[in-house]
Amino acid sequence: MLTSTFYTQLAEICPGNRCLTRAVDLLPYESDALTAFRATPGAVVLPETEAEVIALVRLCHQAGVPFVARGSGTSLSGGSLPIQDGVVIALNRLNAILKIDPEQRTAVVQPGVINLNISKAVAKHNLYYAPDPSSQSICTIGGNVAFNSGGAHCLKYGMTSNHVLAMRVVLPDGEVVEMGSESVEGMGVGPDLIGMFIGSEGLFGIALEITVRLLPIPEQYRTVLAAYDSLESAGNAVAAVVASGLLPGAMEIMDKLALKAAETAVQAGYPAGAVALLIVELEGEAEQVEHEFAQLIDVIKASGAYEIQVAETAAQRAKIWKGRKGAFSSVGRLSPDYVVQDGVVPRSQLGKALAEIERLSADYGLAVANVFHAGDGNLHPLILYDGRQPGALEHAEAFAGEILKLCIALGGTITGEHGVGMEKRAYMPLLFSETDMDAMYAIRLAVDTKLVANPGKKLPSDEAPALKLHGMHPLEQAGIISRE
Amino acid sequence: MSKSPTTAAEVAKIVNAATHVTAVGGRSKWTFPAADTVTEIDLSQLSGIVAYAPDEYTFTAKANTPLVEIINTLAARQQYLPFDPLLANAGATLGGTVACNTSGSGRLRYGGVRDFILGVRFVDGNGNVLRGGGNVVKNASGFDLPKFMVGSLGRYGIMTEITMKVFPKPAAFGTLVLQFESVAAALQASFALANQPFELDAFDFRHTNGSTTAWIRLGGLPNTLQPRLTRLQTWLQTHTSVQTIDTLLEDAAHWQGINALAFAADSPNVVKIPLPPRKLLHLDEDPAIDLAHYYCAGNVALVTTTDITALGSALTRLGLNGLLLRGTATNPQLGTRHWLPFAQRIKTALDPHQKFLEI
Ligand SMILES: Cc1cc2nc3c(=O)[nH]c(=O)nc-3n(C[C@H](O)[C@H](O)[C@H](O)COP(=O)(O)OP(=O)(O)OC[C@H]3O[C@@H](n4cnc5c(N)ncnc54)[C@H](O)[C@@H]3O)c2cc1C
Repeated sequence: MLTSTFYTQLAEICPGNRCLTRAVDLLPYESDALTAFRATPGAVVLPETEAEVIALVRLCHQAGVPFVARGSGTSLSGGSLPIQDGVVIALNRLNAILKIDPEQRTAVVQPGVINLNISKAVAKHNLYYAPDPSSQSICTIGGNVAFNSGGAHCLKYGMTSNHVLAMRVVLPDGEVVEMGSESVEGMGVGPDLIGMFIGSEGLFGIALEITVRLLPIPEQYRTVLAAYDSLESAGNAVAAVVASGLLPGAMEIMDKLALKAAETAVQAGYPAGAVALLIVELEGEAEQVEHEFAQLIDVIKASGAYEIQVAETAAQRAKIWKGRKGAFSSVGRLSPDYVVQDGVVPRSQLGKALAEIERLSADYGLAVANVFHAGDGNLHPLILYDGRQPGALEHAEAFAGEILKLCIALGGTITGEHGVGMEKRAYMPLLFSETDMDAMYAIRLAVDTKLVANPGKKLPSDEAPALKLHGMHPLEQAGIISRE
Repeated sequence: MSKSPTTAAEVAKIVNAATHVTAVGGRSKWTFPAADTVTEIDLSQLSGIVAYAPDEYTFTAKANTPLVEIINTLAARQQYLPFDPLLANAGATLGGTVACNTSGSGRLRYGGVRDFILGVRFVDGNGNVLRGGGNVVKNASGFDLPKFMVGSLGRYGIMTEITMKVFPKPAAFGTLVLQFESVAAALQASFALANQPFELDAFDFRHTNGSTTAWIRLGGLPNTLQPRLTRLQTWLQTHTSVQTIDTLLEDAAHWQGINALAFAADSPNVVKIPLPPRKLLHLDEDPAIDLAHYYCAGNVALVTTTDITALGSALTRLGLNGLLLRGTATNPQLGTRHWLPFAQRIKTALDPHQKFLEI
């Protein structure tokens, strides 16, 4: 429990209604987009300046109270789940784009800036911010930094980490550090601390100011839809495109269920009756794209697609992407609950992985919708279940676990972009040796001596948030997490 | 004392037994004076490509594999490391490239070493063999130790094996050679190009003998290259103050020359400086610099100097930093390093007994 002195100190930094403590005010912060997990924080604070954030971190460190930074709470892995009785530092009010430099192609932003707002703000300069998580109209750059978030268009130019040049961060004990520069070479000298901070899921402190690099808007897009009668052949088509030497801007797959959901929600005009749909998009200089397009069509034709459609207008292209980016939410309408997995397999193993997921789906008797970043081998199976049924969540989680193990067995990893969070901590030791895990703990402890920054996330440990669930979580059964 | 381990486990054993260790790779870059208490680990036995999966766009190689071997292996499958790691023909190794973060001209197109590293195996100061990252192109599990190793200069661990992403290599390249009145005019051209759709593989410039020469490289499909070069040329003529433009189609030798730092052949000291382009002109006029070659559209400088100390002070004054690529110094890192407090903490975890050099 937080002491009254601590509450007073919090309210001194964030006065009035910027320090929330009443149960009714805390409710919206009890979980993130992984809604199966809930925990009630002791307080939610809404700082408006960098100085306030630093003061809050220092206070938490001094008092030994755990804190969780929060952007828009769209984490799918429980990353922004509060620590029971800890502090949530909500950064949405630090949402200024501080500087746009079109000639250097950089923008300096506060952590609460919404991803898409950067692209909107720089569009008049014919520039954009490349990483495009499907949640880009709501998620924040701070959250993107914490998770090294990706998106459909990260195949060619990379994820968040590949687009951040400089950062000012407050470490968990309140020390403020600057790293990187407005050069595309970023750090340049010294270990790549920017790379190290990005994807650290809030364990290394809070990003206060982020300098991102911008890219010129591609001159030409060519967006191709190819329909297949099996997921496996769509997966194999991805491998064929990659092997042909083409480097598309995006390569995405949606399966029957995801297509049905997306089609109902946005009428994207996807080919009817497809078991699997491959979206491939080329982007770049017009001359080059037109020639690559001819090559691509040859590869797709040879890959067994039974129908090929090409977006003829910008509006058609926009619709295709609207359907794809809205797919998670659309699937959400089909089922009361879902968990989404984020494992990665080598591209050549996609067909195999998808076939195996299909088999597991039948075994578990749980429907799966697949909609994912095929070009990166990054799967997103959405496992549908009904949380009101006793044991349903556990059943779904067990299925999800099998998928993660499958990804590891095929030479891949347990998360491509959603982060480990709460959800996948237990699987880390399957991927890393005990020595590796110990080194990660040691690094974390050296950065955060009091373990106050988002404890219980990313690394398996017993400092887990208390949970309110429908039933026993598999992690609880395994004795990894516990409830009060 | 020098030892030549053949496995990561042997490296670990040496680290455990020694008071201080320092790893030596291809010796294509700087050297520093060795002290008696330091055990030198010669990594030359840790060489060779372990796995190459062209269809996955990835390979794994032992740390001391010469870049040339990697480049040739990739080229046979029409693939490449787009960031043109420096000093490839001078014997630079993959491990040295990662440790020193030496991307070259091609960095402009798809990013540098940090953007292509996927996995790393290294021995830390505790004598543990650690692994970070993985073999797939996307991975968010664990801390990003592979990226952390980029630019780490052997001060946090000794890399033994590295996994990298590669890209398909354009079938054809061509270069425009431009003359400008000054470095400022070349920089202005790069600013003008910034929001244009041209996809440049490289944009370098250098001022010598009273004028500034710039080289802009395009890569792509052979049948599109000429029209793209022509279009770019026309655009540059109308939108920048370029004086003359020539086309160089057989351009490999030219870019290899830059990669080999041929322009700095006579200088004992070469320093690489990450540079916000807006600071370029301030740096350019500093008296400590003899010659400056700018690449990545003015985002990185390679400078020669006879006075490393004066250059270091200039960098500090300008809020910049630099890495000595060639020359002799006790610490090859020059200028400001605001990030030290964060790095120091990680150093404490990975090298608590100070087996490696101070950061
Ligand atoms: C419908 C839907 C679609 C999605 N699609 C994608 C996708 O395509 N690709 C993808 O990668 N993800 C996707 N996500 C996941 C999610 O949107 C991303 O992880 C996003 O980056 C989270 O941003 P946020 O602002 O909501 O962060 P939050 O959920 O609030 O926080 C996420 C993590 O970031 C930390 N954090 C927040 N701000 C900071 C800061 N300033 N400094 C340090 N740590 C901080 C938090 O502590 C937490 O650990 C999707 C989510 C949903 C709901």
